Amino acid sequence: MTRVREHPPPPGAAPRASASRARPALRHRLAERGVDRTLLLLAPGAVFLVLLFCYPFLYGLQLSFQPQRGGGALANYRAFFGDPYLRETVWITLGLAVPVALVNCLAAVPVAFRTRGPFRGRRLITTLLVMPITLGTVLTAQGLLGYLGPGGWLNKTLLATGITDTPLELVHNYWGVFASLVITGFPFSYLLTLSYLTGIDPGLEQAAATLGASKRQRFRHVTLPLLAPGLAVTFCLSFVLAFAVFPSAQLVGDPRGETHVISIEAYQAAFQKFDYSLGSAIAMVMAAVMTAVVLVVLAWRSMLYRGATGGKG
Amino acid sequence: MSGTPEDPGAPEVPGTPGTSEAPTAPGAPATPGRPRRARRTRPVHPVRRVRRLRPGAWVTVLVFGFFFVNLAGVVGVPLVDSFGTRWFTSWLPEGWTTKWYGSAWREFSLGQVFWTTALVSVLVVAVSLAIGVPAAYALARRDFPGKRIVMLLFLLPILVPPITYGIPLATVLYKFQLAGTLTGVVLANLVPSAPFVVLTMTPFIEQIDPRIEAAARMCGARTASVLLRIIAPLLLPGILAASVLVLVRTVGMFELTFLTAGPDSQTLIVALYYAVFSAGIRTQQSIDAMAVMYTLSMLVLLVIALRFVNPTQLVTRVKEDRTAG
Repeated sequence: MTRVREHPPPPGAAPRASASRARPALRHRLAERGVDRTLLLLAPGAVFLVLLFCYPFLYGLQLSFQPQRGGGALANYRAFFGDPYLRETVWITLGLAVPVALVNCLAAVPVAFRTRGPFRGRRLITTLLVMPITLGTVLTAQGLLGYLGPGGWLNKTLLATGITDTPLELVHNYWGVFASLVITGFPFSYLLTLSYLTGIDPGLEQAAATLGASKRQRFRHVTLPLLAPGLAVTFCLSFVLAFAVFPSAQLVGDPRGETHVISIEAYQAAFQKFDYSLGSAIAMVMAAVMTAVVLVVLAWRSMLYRGATGGKG
Repeated sequence: MSGTPEDPGAPEVPGTPGTSEAPTAPGAPATPGRPRRARRTRPVHPVRRVRRLRPGAWVTVLVFGFFFVNLAGVVGVPLVDSFGTRWFTSWLPEGWTTKWYGSAWREFSLGQVFWTTALVSVLVVAVSLAIGVPAAYALARRDFPGKRIVMLLFLLPILVPPITYGIPLATVLYKFQLAGTLTGVVLANLVPSAPFVVLTMTPFIEQIDPRIEAAARMCGARTASVLLRIIAPLLLPGILAASVLVLVRTVGMFELTFLTAGPDSQTLIVALYYAVFSAGIRTQQSIDAMAVMYTLSMLVLLVIALRFVNPTQLVTRVKEDRTAG
């Protein structure tokens, strides 16, 4: 955590440095600011990412302004926003991603709050929680189809206990995708919230307790304000994850209707109709919508207290 | 540690200064209060261990219970189905068999798929370590102008969902005729993996005392030999952790592999998607058998991973104490 700045003395540099010169060598002035040969170690990674992350993104951006069917630079965007079936995908995706991110964040807070201290079986619980992250969306979708389907175990249980008379329709619609996103997303937001929560110094809460704050007051006035910036980040990340939903919308959803999400349209345009230009344009719209939501949340976050949490974070 | 019984009115507050005059508890100052309280009160009030569940605890138990019951169902259905002969509307299949595993293995040529998956994962791990560890070292040790931009460059590929940059990336790879080959799949998977190594390794590097390196340099070691002979051995746990995490992520990475893979460079998860998506001619059970094989290999990797790393590290960098993991 404590970053000690130490610079390797270049061979033969010591006598020159001791000489009182008005302007030391450029190399020394750079080294003073932290620029030296060690930074070359960054080069492979940075070059790689520029080539395979930044360049494709910019390439896609300029490709999106060169429609394959002609019609001016903005023809792709006009086609996307002019067609209600395509335009609607933005709202459908937002209608999935925002509730999912909210549910994941709100459910994660009490659970992380109760499980932050060490207790027996914590390792087991965290292992079980990490499992869905690694299951991936395809397997989750496959399991959900069997489990939530009309003849699945859940509907059987509901029918047997008399909670419902007719089987609930939970797959091949909105709720199937919702469930899939919660299963893959909740562990993620739980672990993230947990790591923020453990970064808050427990001494602050104890101090509030000695001043007579009740358990609820301590949560409301001490922990929550310190946790809120972290929660904003958690919300952003779970939103972004849910917004890019792709396989589960295809497999457990209704990809032509209720869960016709934007990533399906982007994929189909690029790799089924081979209109890379339109595909890139939709991917850019997707990135823009995500950025807009994230910026709104981060703007709200900047109004929150962001000082030291007193902990290790 | 004098076991003064506190007043039972405030059992939640560990070591309230009003109850004991001892200025500091003997534990480390950073230790959270809970374990200390448990240790102190247990011999005095053994009855208190049977705790009534508060509303907050009920919420937790309910959320967890609901989540795990449904998760068990989601994982259980393919598992049961893959061992069943015929299963339509009953609770459990009519009979039990293991023949679906053999037929799935042949039908989806899983031998080749497993080989591709292993090859892709090992290549991705190796290259992302080679790129990521030096970069993490430079980022952890140096403060330089423009560091924030470089940090952003390394963070974005992790934060942006793969499908968003995957589509332009795949377009570019198609342009250079790399998509559809193993090279293309490896390159695409490296985009989130290399930054992930940087993110995982930085805290490990920050833990190493820079004076050790300074001493090595004093003795005349050059940067290369400092890295190879001083840093690398000390970083071995971190490198293990990072490589296991990258392995898990690569095996589970669907979107990028899906967008860039050709027919003979599919990894297991993509082959599984195609099996599910183009189902109909194939029996559901052999698809489930394949899904179970995928889950099992993932589970083995996960158990190995959790031996080396703290679970919160899967999504963020280490913030908890080393002892807690």
